[in-house]
Amino acid sequence: MPLRFLSDDKDLSQAQWKLRTTREQWLIWLGWLFGVSLFLLCWKVISDNTMWVFVQDAPQQGADLISRMWPPDWAYANLLWKALWDTINIATLGTVLGIMMAFPCAFLAARNTTPHPILRSFALLIIVSSRSINSLIWAMLLVTIIGPGILAGILAIALRSIGFIGKLLYEAIEEIHPTPVEAITATGASRMQVMSYAVLPQVMPAFAGISIYRWDINIRESTVLGLVGAGGIGLQLNAAINSLAWDRVSIIFILIFATVVVSEYISAKVRKAFI
Amino acid sequence: MSTSNDRLNLAAQGQWRRLPLIQDWRYRWALISAVIIYLILAGLSIEVNWARVAEGASRGLEFISAFFQPDFTTRWRDIQQGLLESLTMTLTSTVIGIILAIPVGVGAARNIAPLPIYLFCRSIIAISRTFQEIIIAILFVAMFGFGPLAGMITLAFATVGFMAKLLAEDIEDIDERQVEAIRATGASWLQMMNYAVQPQVMPRLIGLSFYRLDINFRESAVIGIVGAGGIGATLNTALARYEYDTAAAVLLIIIGIVLMAEYLSSYIRKWVQ
Repeated sequence: MPLRFLSDDKDLSQAQWKLRTTREQWLIWLGWLFGVSLFLLCWKVISDNTMWVFVQDAPQQGADLISRMWPPDWAYANLLWKALWDTINIATLGTVLGIMMAFPCAFLAARNTTPHPILRSFALLIIVSSRSINSLIWAMLLVTIIGPGILAGILAIALRSIGFIGKLLYEAIEEIHPTPVEAITATGASRMQVMSYAVLPQVMPAFAGISIYRWDINIRESTVLGLVGAGGIGLQLNAAINSLAWDRVSIIFILIFATVVVSEYISAKVRKAFI
Repeated sequence: MSTSNDRLNLAAQGQWRRLPLIQDWRYRWALISAVIIYLILAGLSIEVNWARVAEGASRGLEFISAFFQPDFTTRWRDIQQGLLESLTMTLTSTVIGIILAIPVGVGAARNIAPLPIYLFCRSIIAISRTFQEIIIAILFVAMFGFGPLAGMITLAFATVGFMAKLLAEDIEDIDERQVEAIRATGASWLQMMNYAVQPQVMPRLIGLSFYRLDINFRESAVIGIVGAGGIGATLNTALARYEYDTAAAVLLIIIGIVLMAEYLSSYIRKWVQ
């Protein structure tokens, strides 16, 4: 902590303690000025693009929406079980497919297991592009290419999962302890044997945890994939919204909420058991 | 311990085998067959229209080739408008979300908040975290009309749940001794928060804010699908018109910005901590 002297004769009794130097204070002040002006500028852009007439009656619209949503159309739930089953299948099969593709990618991308630097950058490219595109966008692309249906949903979930599982797994592989690897190598084991006896057992718990975690996220994401036509309960949601049947929308919301809570509970339990 | 002795004998003879993950063979086989049955049942529920897939394959190739010659120019005005909306939406929603998340996060920390407030704040977090951004966007678009304002409110709401949960967990993990020391000087509650709690959680809070900025940009690319503005709307339009080269350009821009944001946010997080 710097001590500032008020006069040049450096009399300690006149020394005054300050947290920051004057220069730091100015820089912080400038930073705030810049940040706040940027925020206001952004706010202005949004405000210019908004129809304020619609916003003014938002409270009435909200109240109206809630009154139409309640009571939920409970009887409609009986028609939703098939859609819910589809949703769970999309998430689970998508996760399984994603794991199968992410596993080799992670080993190629980890610095200590990659066979060649060029392969490594290629694997990293796959992981990054899969991660930066949301599963809903993947679904949108796949629906235009292979047509609407569950398959598009499964592939979308799988493609998005590669990046997530791949990234976390390759980071786990890079953090393994080198001594078991050395010990197995010293026995004259081949490259594959080193992987299977020294690397794999070390990353297995992390891998199981990551996969279950991703499955939990995928359940959430698969509930909305139907909005772009990729199957599951989102299809019913889209239909209900388009026909303004808000009492059906609310029952779908309740089902989604319950599914997500259950999947989160399962995922938390399993992860605790593994780690 | 006879089995482990057996294993040692086998190992001495050079016939060691790895232990299976699940020791009891009955559980093992039950689990494996359950998984296989599920996979068959789930696999049967997939209905694939192979004619449609074959028809779409050529479109898929077209799309992939569009990635090698993306068209930034034809719809540049639309792309620019969408991008500007997305970026402004991201920034304002993150700032507003974090400002709102701080009181909720403090209220959701069991070690400083009384039980009724704790339960109230935790239920806000639970609701905001369970529903996907896009579902919340549907409701807000219905309330506020189409446009970036609905998107901004959606993202701010999602940010509250995310930041408040992590902040609350952080506050619950703080070092109690510092709180005690500040309290011993006769500090008020606000002073205690400011001098004992805030310095302990601040670095992580700043790091998480940049992380959330990054997430909000990604999400802003999606909520346009239901009419909440942003680059997602541009992408949706491009795909609906089968203009794959424009869609490829939008996707490349999204990937580029996400990469930059991720690099920047990890750099800032390293610098703060």
